[in-house]
Amino acid sequence: MAFEPVLLANINKDESYTRPVYESTGGYQAWRQALQMSPSEIIDQVKASNLRGRGGAGFPTGLKWTFLPKDHAGPIYFCLNADESEPGTFNNRILMEDDPHQVLEGLMISCYATGASTAYYYMRYEYPLAWGRTQAALNECYEAGYLGDNILGSGYSLNIYMHRGAAAYICGEETGLIESLEGKRAWPRIKPPFPAVEGAFRKPTVVNNVETVACVKHIMDRGADWFKSMGTPADPNNPRDPGSYGPKLYCLSGHVNQPGCYEAPLGLTARELIDDFGGGVWKGRKAKCVIPGGISMGILSADELDCPLDFSGPGKYKCLGLGTAAAVVIDDQTSIVDFLHNSARFFAHESCGQCTPCREGTSWALKMLNRIKAGRGRIKDLDLLLEIGNKIGISYGTTICGLADGAAWPLKNAIEKFRAEFEDYIKRTNPDGYMVTEPVIAMEEPVGSH
Amino acid sequence: MATVIIDGNEIEIGDDERLNGIQAARRAGVDIPHYCWHQGLSVVASCRMCLVETGQRNPETGEVSMMPRVVPACQTPASDNSVFVTNSDKVKEARAMVEEDLLIRHPIDCPICDKAGECHLQDYHFEHGRAERRADIKPFTSRRRPMGDTVTLFVDRCVMCTRCVRFTREITGTSELMVVNRGANEEIDVFPGYPLNNKLSGNVVDLCPVGALGDTDFLYSQRVWFMKKHDHVCAGCSTGCSITVEENQDKIYRLKPRENEHINHWWMCDEGRYGFKHVHDSARLTEPRILGEEGYENIEWSEVPQFVERELRKAGRVAEIISPHLTVEEAFMLCSYIRQIDEQATLILGPIPTVGEDESFPNGFTIHAEKCPNLRGVEAVLNKFSPTLTTFDTFIEQFDLYSPNTVWVTGGYKSDWISAEAAQTLASKNTLIVQDIFSSPVWKLATVQLPGAAFAERQGSYVNCNDQLQSFDWAVRSPAGVMVEGQLYWRMLGRSGLYNAKSMLTEIAREIPYFSAASGGVPNLGVDLKINQLA
Repeated sequence: MAFEPVLLANINKDESYTRPVYESTGGYQAWRQALQMSPSEIIDQVKASNLRGRGGAGFPTGLKWTFLPKDHAGPIYFCLNADESEPGTFNNRILMEDDPHQVLEGLMISCYATGASTAYYYMRYEYPLAWGRTQAALNECYEAGYLGDNILGSGYSLNIYMHRGAAAYICGEETGLIESLEGKRAWPRIKPPFPAVEGAFRKPTVVNNVETVACVKHIMDRGADWFKSMGTPADPNNPRDPGSYGPKLYCLSGHVNQPGCYEAPLGLTARELIDDFGGGVWKGRKAKCVIPGGISMGILSADELDCPLDFSGPGKYKCLGLGTAAAVVIDDQTSIVDFLHNSARFFAHESCGQCTPCREGTSWALKMLNRIKAGRGRIKDLDLLLEIGNKIGISYGTTICGLADGAAWPLKNAIEKFRAEFEDYIKRTNPDGYMVTEPVIAMEEPVGSH
Repeated sequence: MATVIIDGNEIEIGDDERLNGIQAARRAGVDIPHYCWHQGLSVVASCRMCLVETGQRNPETGEVSMMPRVVPACQTPASDNSVFVTNSDKVKEARAMVEEDLLIRHPIDCPICDKAGECHLQDYHFEHGRAERRADIKPFTSRRRPMGDTVTLFVDRCVMCTRCVRFTREITGTSELMVVNRGANEEIDVFPGYPLNNKLSGNVVDLCPVGALGDTDFLYSQRVWFMKKHDHVCAGCSTGCSITVEENQDKIYRLKPRENEHINHWWMCDEGRYGFKHVHDSARLTEPRILGEEGYENIEWSEVPQFVERELRKAGRVAEIISPHLTVEEAFMLCSYIRQIDEQATLILGPIPTVGEDESFPNGFTIHAEKCPNLRGVEAVLNKFSPTLTTFDTFIEQFDLYSPNTVWVTGGYKSDWISAEAAQTLASKNTLIVQDIFSSPVWKLATVQLPGAAFAERQGSYVNCNDQLQSFDWAVRSPAGVMVEGQLYWRMLGRSGLYNAKSMLTEIAREIPYFSAASGGVPNLGVDLKINQLA
């Protein structure tokens, strides 16, 4: 059975971003229907669908919603994370530019389910078209009475406020986003308390990704069973794996013939994505490696392309996870040193600078890679880079947020999986000095060394 | 009682105590290194120096389950059966990593850094860092810029703990300091045109765990290891902050707040912090003199007690002005002495210097308008000796009514404290004895001039505005030619040997019920005299 795109179904229609076009395809029926249901029924349905967050961590959405305190006097806030900054990722942009009503409808249903009557739509600065179209769509919704007070006579009120970020990667981290929303420096918060208990303006807050809420709309339309009919079932041997279900937007870019955003059920392999959707690696070359889900997830080598791109797949190949499912293909003519240098430059630039290991580690790694690229590398540098990669991140415990792990993974994946190429590069570019060790401050000298 | 296990040792903490890992470990005698955490500020857990391993012990089976990752001790509460491991290889690795990271871009300019010798970065690196430097980056930029009048920022020495930023947000509420830029380019800064100039600004220097924030006043004036620290009490206002006086060879270089949960917590105001300059002022009075037939002539201190006693006995009716700058012991000794000479002597409370209004900060720290350290103490002593309290103003107004033959004035004020008219009034009688630290209208008219001591030279006790009594020893010796009031009064009372403030306070506590809480000796943080009033 051929897969019919759901999330991307409308994006190629004329004026797909307007309400009439959206409603002509059944838009806002789910919203009307949701208002007839009780919030807990919606949460149950989302839980039954096993929808997992599309923003990167893959946390089960229904479960996240249940962390909100019961019978809270309010207000509860809903933050829509549209700060899509992961390199190689553009699925949210396409949704927001070409089908903003779909996102808004999903957002409304999610707000209703969680009891939030105020939502903040946090969009990254670099999306002017998405900003304009979402703003226009929002106005259309207010005109149609889908938003505001006593929506469609249901007694439920909801207001959505647009908030434009100021172009920092860290604002995509949920508590960084909340801090930024509050007008502060986007330094991720220490947890606990988690946002569900104390988030924006010290009130219970849910932060969800654009694609996640878009999925919520379709789960309402088509039911949890439809959603669960596609994807990778839970691994029976791993009790902590809730499975990867539903359609997913894969962003494909890099050295492929047809880059783009493609919708497919979760679980397709990297090779399928590149060959079936992307038309293969460009210029008749071979892939050297593939980033499975945004640069922070690490890299798959050419041997690992059969990795299924679902929430648990990349982890089996020492990658961090699926991330944003933004695959970037790197062909075999590209230097892995250049790749890692570029990656390190990004993370050194974007580290928020709060935790010492990430702030200093990312900048040190970049300086080392600068030197390696300038032909003054040493074999020993690779061990240091690997050590930095192994030591920073929330999974080791040395940082507050998970974005440090994202900086660490490309480092350690690249060096572990392509060490020979790094060594070769260093020996080639620094033939005389590659074994030189750096000066040592305190060292016992062997007797008679003078 | 809750049991917490630190490195295998069990300690007990109170059920309602909310301690974090660092505090609990401290109870067990284990020092967990930290930069960003400070008890008086919010927790940010960003420096990652206090990383430890934690776990939970099952109270029934005794089995310990550990968390797989290291966690910051500052952010981890110590509750019943919490387990902290602070000395495992994993923890040592993490500490070494943070230390290595912090030194990557640090200029390591310790030889010219004021903080050297009391720097956490130095100490922790010595204890927890690697023996070798692996980063081949050699920064030496040492950029510096003023943050305000009192504080200089050495940009590259900063470890971004943000204690100073949090201080200006949470304690003073003035929010001058902020972090600018991102990642490794981060710096502490102020917004252009809004310098750090609140009245508690000097505290950010104490808070800074490294040499990034320098005290502009103290900068490059003394190496810290040459200074001796003396516990003392600030005499700037009636808050009576606990401080340490840091001096070398009797020259004070700086004052620092001393932690005291009953009074000032960790802070002190700039007025107090820089309010020691008068101690070394060249205008200090240093010659005891008497007015003879041919003008002033010097007198030896050893002759002063007999001379003064002679003068007083000759005069008959005596009036005594007790300055609120005197210590409790000094005031008591002087009053006792005067009563011996003249049972009817008038005892007057000296002028109370008042500037502006009391000023409170969001966290409760208050700078008082009453600019003297011991008003409560002196009042309590006067109450014992005199049925009614005579204020200075009343005394001057009704001088003829009191009509003393001799007036003895004690001063100790930092700035002008008496008008020329009042001085004239006091000098209208035969004998005017003045004890003070700076020249004043009344000093110029005195028949006996006795140079007095500044606060850091005194020994004794002050009672602050909240009836908290704190005792202290002298921090610096007074300049040659000065005899500290306490020592003089001790001699005049005919006591032998050196003035002993402690035994004197014990006597006072026996005599005056207000001071009875101080009878068993005074702990370092002082004693609350109100305890007895309640009972």
